Amino acid sequence: MTWIKSIIVGVVIIAILWVMNAAMSSAGFFGIGIDDYQSRLVVFIAINIILATSLNLINGFTGQFSIGHAGFMAVGAYSSAYFTVTYGKAIEASLGALGETVASSIVLLIAILIGAVVAAIMGLIVGIPSLRLKGDYLAIVTLGFAEIIRIVILNIDAVGGATGYQVPGYANFLWIGIFAVITVVVIHNIVKSDTGRALISIREDELAAEAMGVNTTRFKVTSFVIGSAFAGVSGVLFAHYNKFLSTNDFQFIKSFEIIIMIVIGGMGSMTGAILGAIIVTILPEVLRQLPDVQLGSTIIRFADLRLVIFALILILTMILRPQGILGTAEIGGFFKRFRRADKPTGGLK
Amino acid sequence: MDTFVQQLINGLTIGSIYALIALGYTMVYGILRLINFAHGDIYMVGAYAGFILATSLGFAENPSIFGFGVTLAGAMIIAAAIGMAIERFAYRPVRKFSKMTTLITAIGMSLLIEYLFVFIFSGTPKSFPQLLTNTNITLFGNATISTSQILIFVVSMLLMVFLQWIIYKTKIGKAMRAVSFNINSAKLMGINTDFVISFTFALGSALAAAGGVLTAQYNPKIDPLMGIMTGLKAFVAAVLGGIGNIPGAVLGGLLIGAAETLVVGYGDYVGIPSTYRDAVAFAILILVLLIRPAGLLGSNVQEKV
Repeated sequence: MTWIKSIIVGVVIIAILWVMNAAMSSAGFFGIGIDDYQSRLVVFIAINIILATSLNLINGFTGQFSIGHAGFMAVGAYSSAYFTVTYGKAIEASLGALGETVASSIVLLIAILIGAVVAAIMGLIVGIPSLRLKGDYLAIVTLGFAEIIRIVILNIDAVGGATGYQVPGYANFLWIGIFAVITVVVIHNIVKSDTGRALISIREDELAAEAMGVNTTRFKVTSFVIGSAFAGVSGVLFAHYNKFLSTNDFQFIKSFEIIIMIVIGGMGSMTGAILGAIIVTILPEVLRQLPDVQLGSTIIRFADLRLVIFALILILTMILRPQGILGTAEIGGFFKRFRRADKPTGGLK
Repeated sequence: MDTFVQQLINGLTIGSIYALIALGYTMVYGILRLINFAHGDIYMVGAYAGFILATSLGFAENPSIFGFGVTLAGAMIIAAAIGMAIERFAYRPVRKFSKMTTLITAIGMSLLIEYLFVFIFSGTPKSFPQLLTNTNITLFGNATISTSQILIFVVSMLLMVFLQWIIYKTKIGKAMRAVSFNINSAKLMGINTDFVISFTFALGSALAAAGGVLTAQYNPKIDPLMGIMTGLKAFVAAVLGGIGNIPGAVLGGLLIGAAETLVVGYGDYVGIPSTYRDAVAFAILILVLLIRPAGLLGSNVQEKV
């Protein structure tokens, strides 16, 4: 009766997310609440989990070297924002009979669908030519595409261009949390499926996979398109939570940030990507709380050094734990079925 | 026609800067297969080192060839030392690990340098002093070339010839070529690979610093984040020419510089707004890689089973 179990788990997760969402509102959940700053952090953790797990499918499980994830996020964000800005009010009005909450939720779901589909199409357009390339060449081409996407968006006046784009705030934590969970579950299931095995075989040895009859091109493009679609979803949620879009949010440093999440957590580990997303979101904020230190007559404001310290922590993590915090292992027995005994080693070098 | 010549002159000026930086990327990649993302920031460090030298030694007040030479050489030496330190303390410990690990280390290093400089010098741009008197020379027609542009072109060409000499005529250059061919065999042949790698970083960083000081003579606004876009485009230039290939890096740099200014100058006629200037480098790169996956001058390595 696995489906009953799934439904129960689903209901429990939605209940937890609902409680968290309530805790973020001004009233709080029965008086227990967190402030706006903290809720914003929790929301960004959820959005980053979507980004990290989806990039992990491409980089961690398929072994492709994509460093342009922010480009697909931007595509999702801007395409859906254009939709909600142009048609959102009209659709909401026509659905007025269903009540405000339902109507705005439907608009958001349509927006997410649009964002995911447009980002997936963009992933296909970028993926088919790029995935013929390997390693660093693929990396730089994905980076290049992401920058081109950003600059093209910057030059479209209909979505605000350089001044930024005001977007209605349809997304709340409940939806963002639900989609974070959906992303994790879907990607977990893909990795566990036949497709996942094919993807992992490509990561381990592309030539051998091809020799075993795996259509490597098809699977690489599939993983790229799925990853892009989820990046698009995260973009939609970001746009409709942040209520403002600027192409500066999607510079290549954002792509690097997502890479940092999956590498810190451990490439090819689902829970690692989640852990990485949490760490990379929270760490700079924690470092903001650092105290000032007085040395003689000069005061060193460590809070101003937070990004320097963040970079140092990053470098030290790589030196001391190059496989990331979890390596390819997973936290907890829920994922035990595809836990791997040891780190894969490359072929004869 | 005049504007075309003018744009070409401007393009080659920027292009030779890109080429100088691209050389560092391509040498490091050729030897370590590492995309050294911190290299663009070394270019910025070079510009700041030159700024400090020029202002503290008083070259800013009375422009002279001597002052410029000392500033340039000093910035190159400082950057070389920093480049070697980065290699020693950040890249060497992760050298044997996977590509992703080294890449993240390089990104971390880049962030570290950028934000350290923001912390020390603040994010507001500083104005680099004019070290040589700058005059405009009118060429045929109305195209002009400034002495600082000639300077950039001449100095970068000299440095590239010097680099070529090091790599092909000296013992250390031979060792560099051996290490880039096969690091393990080179080690077995008694080459001190650690030293060669250090030397490569020093060389690349010095060239990037020269690029920083030269750019500052042409465009005197320097800020701690100036290396990000320039570095990225220089890297694109290196890949375009065929990464690991030294003439390729120069060719790539000049091509991207020229393409960029031509888009700014003529793009409007063919429907490409000049605001697309930053996208041009990437568009060219993608087109070239799709046709020649190893870059313009790169040789395609067949994958062995």
